[in-house]
Amino acid sequence: MSEREPYVGRRIKRTEDPRLIQGLGRYVDDLRFADLHHVSILRSPHAHAKVTSLDASKARSASGVLAVVTVDDLDRANVGDVPCGAVLSGMKKPTHRPLARRKVRFAGEPLAAVVAPSLAAARDAIDLIAVEYDPLSAVIDPEAALKPGAPLVHEELETNRAFDWSVSSGDIEAAFKSAARVASQRIVHQRLIPCSIEPRGVVAQYFPGDRQLTLYTSTQIPHLVRTMLAGVIGLPENHVRVVAPEVGGGFGSKLNFYAEEILLAFLAMQLAPRPLKWIETRPENFAATIHGRGQVGTIEAAVNRDGRILGVRYRSIQDLGAYPQLLGPAIPTLTGLMAAGCYKMDSILVEVTGVYTNQMSTDAYRGAGRPEATYQIERLMDIIADEMHIDPADLRRRNMPHPEEFPFKTATGLTYDSGNYRKALDRALEIAGIEKLREEQRTLRDQGRLIGIGISSYAEICALGPSAAVPAGGWESATVRVEPTGKVTILTGASPHGQGEETTFAQLAADFFGISLEDILVKHGDTAEVQYGIGTFGSRNMAVGGTALLRAMERVRDKAKPLAAHLLGAASPDAVTFSGGTFSAGDQSISFAEVANAAHRAASIPDGFEPGLSATASFEPKNFTFPFGTHVCVVEVDRETGDVTFLRYVAVDDCGKAINPLLVDGQIHGGIAQSIGQALYEEAIYDEAGQLVTGELMDYAIPKAHQCPHFETERTETPTDVNPLGVKGVGEAGTIGATPAIVNAVIDALEPFGVTHIDMPLKPEKIWRLMQKEGR
Amino acid sequence: MKLALTVNGGRHEQEVEPRLLLVQYLRDVLGLTGTHVGCETGLCGSCTVMLDGMAIKSCMMLAVQANGSSVQTIEGLARDGKLDPVQEGFWERHGLQCGYCTSGMIITARALLDRNHRPTEAEIREALGGNLCRCTGYQHIVEAVQYAARKTQSSVQGR
Repeated sequence: MSEREPYVGRRIKRTEDPRLIQGLGRYVDDLRFADLHHVSILRSPHAHAKVTSLDASKARSASGVLAVVTVDDLDRANVGDVPCGAVLSGMKKPTHRPLARRKVRFAGEPLAAVVAPSLAAARDAIDLIAVEYDPLSAVIDPEAALKPGAPLVHEELETNRAFDWSVSSGDIEAAFKSAARVASQRIVHQRLIPCSIEPRGVVAQYFPGDRQLTLYTSTQIPHLVRTMLAGVIGLPENHVRVVAPEVGGGFGSKLNFYAEEILLAFLAMQLAPRPLKWIETRPENFAATIHGRGQVGTIEAAVNRDGRILGVRYRSIQDLGAYPQLLGPAIPTLTGLMAAGCYKMDSILVEVTGVYTNQMSTDAYRGAGRPEATYQIERLMDIIADEMHIDPADLRRRNMPHPEEFPFKTATGLTYDSGNYRKALDRALEIAGIEKLREEQRTLRDQGRLIGIGISSYAEICALGPSAAVPAGGWESATVRVEPTGKVTILTGASPHGQGEETTFAQLAADFFGISLEDILVKHGDTAEVQYGIGTFGSRNMAVGGTALLRAMERVRDKAKPLAAHLLGAASPDAVTFSGGTFSAGDQSISFAEVANAAHRAASIPDGFEPGLSATASFEPKNFTFPFGTHVCVVEVDRETGDVTFLRYVAVDDCGKAINPLLVDGQIHGGIAQSIGQALYEEAIYDEAGQLVTGELMDYAIPKAHQCPHFETERTETPTDVNPLGVKGVGEAGTIGATPAIVNAVIDALEPFGVTHIDMPLKPEKIWRLMQKEGR
Repeated sequence: MKLALTVNGGRHEQEVEPRLLLVQYLRDVLGLTGTHVGCETGLCGSCTVMLDGMAIKSCMMLAVQANGSSVQTIEGLARDGKLDPVQEGFWERHGLQCGYCTSGMIITARALLDRNHRPTEAEIREALGGNLCRCTGYQHIVEAVQYAARKTQSSVQGR
């Protein structure tokens, strides 16, 4: 076989795309079933109210209606609660029924579900359910929720305070006592709505004969949903099949287990064997799919006279919303662990208080706790630089660990695997042409134009992760099944939702076996087909799932070698080499496909060889990985309107080895765009009564094409030894690195007005008002 | 009500409910599920189809309003097994990730190139203003449209 260029490391176009660009992908709503019935859900219009009566009799007798379910039905059938997988030590945890019982705690909370032959009939029947509410005062502001006398979201807990969590090291008091300067800033990380373009959706079907429940759901974690659903619904886990078909984006919002998944399963069992479908509407998606961020805190740094950070103190409140969803309480702990950013310091103290409020739950949204950590330390770095008249890049440089200090132990106790932070910073500044930019900024400023340059350096935590640190386990699995024809089928537990894993995993396998991409099929998402696995989150697929694949491929190779030796007449398997799709011994050789065929034909096999050629492996990482980088953003603020325009955007990221640089760019671009959303446009706003004011795409502004600049991306490549592929992960880097760069740029542009901080989103109105107030 | 229209070159005539949306007709009656629903309010653009050569949002129109029209969906874009240059561009330039917005994006881009053979980057971004993508940050989508514009140009010149 002729030597060809490896697939790994090249900008390979995706194998997923032919179906998707022709409209042939199959998302949950695209699946077709005979006798399909539809589910619609009654949701609370109130943020906080007692439910004094609920009368579903009219809906039950409406034409065509098959069932109406309320919490009483769930109670009678012993259906379990919506689980939380991240109950922190000492945490006060409320009961979370899939349907509200006697009280509603956020606008959008489900109260009942209706099944009818058409969606229109189901929706009509919802209107026939008579509910009487006794409205209560809502508590929306998480800081107010902690005050004595605040309305209680869960009376039985006697407080809205869910938990206090902290991490610390060193002598923080001494650091602040000896500081030449103390800088501090109150920071608001506003609530965000993940807004995948495909909303959630579920189809459930149950066959009572073999007690087989199948749930098609738009999720990032089909296996974990299966385990949880089996427990909640009371079926043996091996009688539950969960299928994540094509998934139209998730960004963490589908890294969860929702009431609707339980309801559909329950109803499907009641109405077997009819398949039932629920597709989330956009308003439901905004009101009842998890939100992100929602943290407010004050960060302080003790700094010596050279600008070196001695210690950082961060006290924050995490708005959990009404109920702790799957991982909600863990999110601010990630902020805490990453609070030191990419900097050295001897002491740190992070204290987080989790609070219940009458709003939708917060949970993992792209970055999940790390954007908060990066944002606040990078904002503070600019504030320190400004106060001490030190160049912001230089200040960062002074505080970064040197490459030879890795593995680097952080103040919060993590061990950063590898890094060359200055190199990424210097390269980003070089691409941006920082000297010239500063010069232009001065010239244009003299002409009255408001140009700003913002820098952000970050380190983030990826490849989640060691199982001890992840609620459901942090390993991943892969099966490599070599078919008799030599085609290779890969089954991965890491079920993706747009990452392009069918391509990148095939790249690894094509190189390993010396076959072409077309000979490989990557399957995922169906628990009946794929061995148990964990799923997609925390930028883990390639680092953990890809490594599991490598292990499985090695096992296949090692199994094939004795057979190849036998077929080649070699003395021992050790005499056989495998390269470029060919097993060789001396001047004899045999192709991978021929060995695969012989393994299945089994007519001539060595002693002890088990027919067939497949292997399953899993990989347990010994540490997280820590990608890093520096982003530089240049903006202009319009004096008349306060509008922000991007002039340049430079990103130098280091995600370790890039398997497919084209896809890495795509991940970075998308992440930055979501940062643009948080920095400039997006904010989930509840009014005092707990109504979601930004309940539609008309009111919640995710960035459009003309609001995003052309991104100039480059990479440095620092390998890691956490996994043999040397990859770190890239799914969240853009969302983590970009937000502070954008905000720092806008604040820099507003320097003539003496502005040192503005809370996000930096809407034109907010900027305009500041310019009027501070105007010179 | 009686509905007669052409979809991807094929004639269709049937009775439909007056309240049926065009997107529901395409997806649920004709089984053309490549056109997606993302918001039902005309804001996300996932349901964009071509109606008599114009890109429209099929969730904002009743099926009966399309009576007598010619509709083209994503499924009808490739001709004789050959991808449209816009589809090709999306593949070549990694213009999609999760793929959910992609059908609408491609149709909108096709409509842009039909009326403007050489759009500038700003014109492309402006034309895509009614189509939301949460995955790509739009840069590769812009490059995909530029690729298609170049490809269309060279094939026109080559004739």
